[in-house]
Amino acid sequence: MKTVELAIVGAGPAGLCAAISAASMGSNVVIIDRCKDIGGQLIKQTHMFFGSEKQYASRRGIDIPNILLDELKQYEEKIEIITDATVLAIYEDKVMTILQGENYFKIKPEAIIVATGASERVLAFPNNDLPGIYGAGAVQTLMNVYGVKPGDRVVMVGAGNIGLIVSYQMIQAGVEIVAVLDAAPTIGGYLVHASKLARLDVPILTGHSIKEATGTESLEKIIAWKLDEKWQGIEGTEIELEVDVACISVGLTPLSELLSQAGCEMKYVPELGGVVPLIDQNLETTVNNIFVAGDVSGIEEASSAMVEGYIAGLYAGKKLGYSLLDFDELVDDYKMQLNDLRSGHHGDRIRNGINKIMRGEEKC
Amino acid sequence: MRILKHPVLNFNRGKEIEFVFNGQKMIGYEGETIAAALHASSIKILGYSPYKHRPRGFYCAIGNCAACNMIVNGEPNVRTCVTELKEGDVVETQVGKGEII
Amino acid sequence: MLEKTGIVTRDRLDSKINELLSSPKRKGAILECYEEIPCNPCSTSCPTNAIIIKPDINAKPEIDYEKCTACGICVYNCPGLAILVLDMNYSESKVLFKISYELLPIPNNGDIVKGISRSGKEICDVEVVKVINGNKQDHTSLISVAVPKEHFKEFVTIKVGV
Repeated sequence: MKTVELAIVGAGPAGLCAAISAASMGSNVVIIDRCKDIGGQLIKQTHMFFGSEKQYASRRGIDIPNILLDELKQYEEKIEIITDATVLAIYEDKVMTILQGENYFKIKPEAIIVATGASERVLAFPNNDLPGIYGAGAVQTLMNVYGVKPGDRVVMVGAGNIGLIVSYQMIQAGVEIVAVLDAAPTIGGYLVHASKLARLDVPILTGHSIKEATGTESLEKIIAWKLDEKWQGIEGTEIELEVDVACISVGLTPLSELLSQAGCEMKYVPELGGVVPLIDQNLETTVNNIFVAGDVSGIEEASSAMVEGYIAGLYAGKKLGYSLLDFDELVDDYKMQLNDLRSGHHGDRIRNGINKIMRGEEKC
Repeated sequence: MRILKHPVLNFNRGKEIEFVFNGQKMIGYEGETIAAALHASSIKILGYSPYKHRPRGFYCAIGNCAACNMIVNGEPNVRTCVTELKEGDVVETQVGKGEII
Repeated sequence: MLEKTGIVTRDRLDSKINELLSSPKRKGAILECYEEIPCNPCSTSCPTNAIIIKPDINAKPEIDYEKCTACGICVYNCPGLAILVLDMNYSESKVLFKISYELLPIPNNGDIVKGISRSGKEICDVEVVKVINGNKQDHTSLISVAVPKEHFKEFVTIKVGV
């Protein structure tokens, strides 16, 4: 069985940044990803990123994997990337079992950074299983990775950033957006994204949700209705939308099963999107030498995932016995960046959530 | 259903691939997934549920949810949203849980 | 209204436009960023340091019209596509806008296209004066549009073709 210093699960924004900072300290790193492409969900993000230059603001998400891979190149001899491979389990002695196609093998890392990301939530309504009802991220993959239109007429459910951004991207791909619905009384995503849709004549109906879907073999119609202040549908306010696709964008939930299985202490934290590990300031879980970065420990933007990756990589490197002259300055800078990214009103939720999982005295 | 022109992206599609879906010859492109190739040909129903036989399409498209399970070259429960299309693939709509080979 | 529909309301817009109109040059960028979000490319891309975001990246941008040269670099660097450049002195009857545009088809110089309002309605015909779509723009074209003066408070984008 192969022994390695650091194994990183997930080659998305968090995992790649973690690899860069750990390798910069001298650590050998194996990155394992279940997909054949490097970059996780960045590969479908055609929009320009927010944040500051340090998180590649104003660059398109699709261009960021190559920027990060270029950074990784300077540590080429220290990095191994295993794609198309799923990590099945992490055992007490940190032995990791991996399935790559038909090939099953084990590695034994000294430290692990889990950066597995998140998956899309579903929404409960009658006939929500009809073909044509897709996750917003699924539609983004279909369009922006494979160049296939999801359908002709689409209703988007959810006016958070993903819902608003994917709606705009569908228009860029030549798809008609009939409406964007959101159960909340106000738009959840950035207003600039909403304004981009408004000026393309897309109605955003806040305080609305799906009553039911209809269709025999696939989606034919969405019946939406207004919600009262208790979020209950109001009879008589139904609107019929003839659509062949309904996109569901009602949030993400952390893909944290591997951490539960590895014995990390977990907690259900709604603000962070689901079941997440307890962590300390160094992003280490309750299991010695298992670290986390990105959405797996709480749903945020990719910019925060990258910064968390850099931090986790540094602390994992330190635990492995490596040092850097400017370690403290780097960590302070990354923590300052995270603070900035989380300090606006859009960061309220995430700050509350992190306070519920952060061990030790210092909270954010 | 294919996007031919896009303001941001250039789709450099691989070579054409022939495959069979429920006995019917179809065309996809090298590098794309089975579910993407089928969707491009307007095929949305990938299977039927085990008990109520309700039609199933993909949901997450990144291999998390299993809604896109189909029979590929005789093997059931293949996640077609993350399985690359190969020349000559025989793809079938899966009804129920699939037979153990 | 903006928080419910995404449509920028007149009062919010007026406060921005009035600031520009009361500046001596009467031309410069209008930063339609009405919310605190963690974002600062408008400021970091500005070659004359006219746009300030302080104390941290969540603050709304402030512009100094004495420094702004109306170059339009912030227009295509804004990830929210929320910046317009307006020049009130373009001609007797028209103002000139510089807008960001990420849809197809991309218009050509001289094309007459529809001017569109913040609620997506057609306002009037407008003339495409110049289209810049090079590597720096990275697929977000910078388009100069001549708009009849009477519509300068409504115009926000263009609709091409159809």
